[in-house]
Amino acid sequence: MPALEGPTRVPRFRTHRTARRTRIRKRFTLHTFNAEASAALGGPRWLRERRAVGLAAQASAALPSESEEVWRYTPIDDLKLEEFAPVTTPPGPLRGAGRAFHESVVSTLGSLSGQVLVHNGYPESFVVSAPDAFSFGGTADVDGGSTMVGGVQRGGDALVLLNDAFAPDAVLIDVPAGVEVPAPILVVHWCEGDAAGAGAGEAGVAVFPRTCLRLGAGACAAVVEVYAGPVSGPRSLVVPVTELSAGEGASLAYVSLQVLNGAAWSIARLAARGAEDAVVRTFTVGLGGDYERVRADVSVEGRGARSEILSTYVGNGTQVHDIRTLQDHVAPRTNSVLLCQGAVAGTSRSVYSGLIRVHRGAVRSNARQTNHNLVLDEGAHADSVPNLDILENDVKCSHASTVGPIDEDQRYYIESRGVTPDRAEGLIVQGFFDDIIDRGPIAAVTPLLKREVGARLDTIFGNRRAALEADHA
Amino acid sequence: MTAHRLVVEGLHASAGGREVLFGIDLEIKSGEVHVIMGPNGSGKSTLAHALMGRPGTTVTAGSIQMDGVELAGRPAWERARAGLFLALQNPVEVPGVGLRALLSAALDGEGSATIDERLAVEADAVGLDRSLLARPLNVDLSGGEKKRTEMVQLGVLHRAVCILDEVDSGLDVDALGHVARRLQEATSEWEVGILAITHFHRFLVELEADVVHVMVGGRIVATGDADLALQLERTGYAGYGVAAETG
Repeated sequence: MPALEGPTRVPRFRTHRTARRTRIRKRFTLHTFNAEASAALGGPRWLRERRAVGLAAQASAALPSESEEVWRYTPIDDLKLEEFAPVTTPPGPLRGAGRAFHESVVSTLGSLSGQVLVHNGYPESFVVSAPDAFSFGGTADVDGGSTMVGGVQRGGDALVLLNDAFAPDAVLIDVPAGVEVPAPILVVHWCEGDAAGAGAGEAGVAVFPRTCLRLGAGACAAVVEVYAGPVSGPRSLVVPVTELSAGEGASLAYVSLQVLNGAAWSIARLAARGAEDAVVRTFTVGLGGDYERVRADVSVEGRGARSEILSTYVGNGTQVHDIRTLQDHVAPRTNSVLLCQGAVAGTSRSVYSGLIRVHRGAVRSNARQTNHNLVLDEGAHADSVPNLDILENDVKCSHASTVGPIDEDQRYYIESRGVTPDRAEGLIVQGFFDDIIDRGPIAAVTPLLKREVGARLDTIFGNRRAALEADHA
Repeated sequence: MTAHRLVVEGLHASAGGREVLFGIDLEIKSGEVHVIMGPNGSGKSTLAHALMGRPGTTVTAGSIQMDGVELAGRPAWERARAGLFLALQNPVEVPGVGLRALLSAALDGEGSATIDERLAVEADAVGLDRSLLARPLNVDLSGGEKKRTEMVQLGVLHRAVCILDEVDSGLDVDALGHVARRLQEATSEWEVGILAITHFHRFLVELEADVVHVMVGGRIVATGDADLALQLERTGYAGYGVAAETG
């Protein structure tokens, strides 16, 4: 009976939580993420001061815990920070696989207005095609960087604060009012555990990429970020923070692609905001990693601002993909559309949790949230958690979500044309991903996304064919 | 042109665990047009899906033979390759999957070099805007466009026998005419055999029926020529209702 269950459950839960808190405090006495390491990082004075503030705030912040709603369904309690160390000396120019990967991405994207390769958080040379049109560089190169870093993502949880304290530099893109940047700007983050300058001894490397994009009124730009590393390697922890700000009437497009190896944990934060009549379109694609999380908070702050938030993932093996979104409506007549769709195979898991928040005064707001999860194997699992927090009456909000295997009617339809079952399944799943990729905000990156998603689907369906053949043998 | 023959004998089938068909006999030869008419709930759609092999629709007795090869119990894709095509009443939307990819998979790559060309020709033949060929399957298409797209697929695949489930539902007069005329052409072009399930006679103004069957209560209760359809148009199924209840 529920009446009896209540009282016994609550204390047990509390005990659990207290124990966890104690453990967290112990972690923070640890040596790798300390003041010396943070102080060893260079950069302009404002950045060094900012790191010290971040470090102090982080020291008193609790580490994320699965008992918090925002970390529910994740394996975050398994994160042992003491097993990682930040990169505190520049790793030097990248050679080999990293450079080859960067070059292949550059050639796939075609025309670019700017590009940079960032090695374990340290940007190498910035290449820009129209140097006078906009500012593109590191914290030492771009004026006004101090108002960009932390300008959108103010404060944050312990991991964001770690980025504040240990990001060695930041990639800054500042586009003045009225400037339309003609081609995308590419930022490739190469994160590797065994590079020079990586954490000493047994510790895995912790990388803190930071990117800030600011568009002045009426400006227009598209930015692509790619997170990659060696095909295999020691464990690594990648904690990117990306801040996007679109001024009045500006049009901002952003795509991120995460293809880190299976030993990586990637815990990303994307914070975006749009001023009056701005359009902010984001697309996050999470394919790699052991555990990967993207939290995208997009705030439509000015009257008439619009946001479009897309997210996709492919899970296989024992991966965990974790997508959190916030559609934050601050001003009247704002619009947001969210579409998250992905697939889990093997024994992988996914979590989608999205909140639509409409502040008081944000009248005539319109928000839509859609989440589709394909579960391709019996051992795989997807959770979908839509949330609404509406403080205004005159608004339109809707959400829809599905979790399940491939639709039987679609399968029958395709097979009835003479398509073999494995081919039919492949077509439907490929189509499911093409559908969201084709809606992406930056067309130039579409072939790259299809290639990367396709390679993962090939692995999933290839494994399945091999298993079938083994059964028959 | 090789002659084909679909022979259905004593077909019993259940859908969703319920017996729906109670012994259907049909023989459809290349180039013939058969029409099945009957009131709602008489089992017409179940017959279409029992022939095509929809999961959940089970043949409990009888046989379905294509050129002497037994199809009952075989998966849908094998029946398709044996020569069956089913134009669905409500073709399903499949986001992200294009006609080209579908047909190229259905043909197993055979002749895929000319698919674009053939798609264009087939689209013109049924008055389908060529730009719609690039759309994901049935996504944001009208009822008429969906049915026309089914005909485009049939035209590329050239299957021996085409079953049409409720072919006239959701069609305006223009679309109906296009679909019917295309089928009529196909009966000579590659001598397709046709089994068209329809409620209404008007479809048969454009498509000349060789044989008309009346289906009631999971049985074929009458078979005749095109005049039978005309007669049904006037009298309805009242005359057959009694037969269904006692039989």
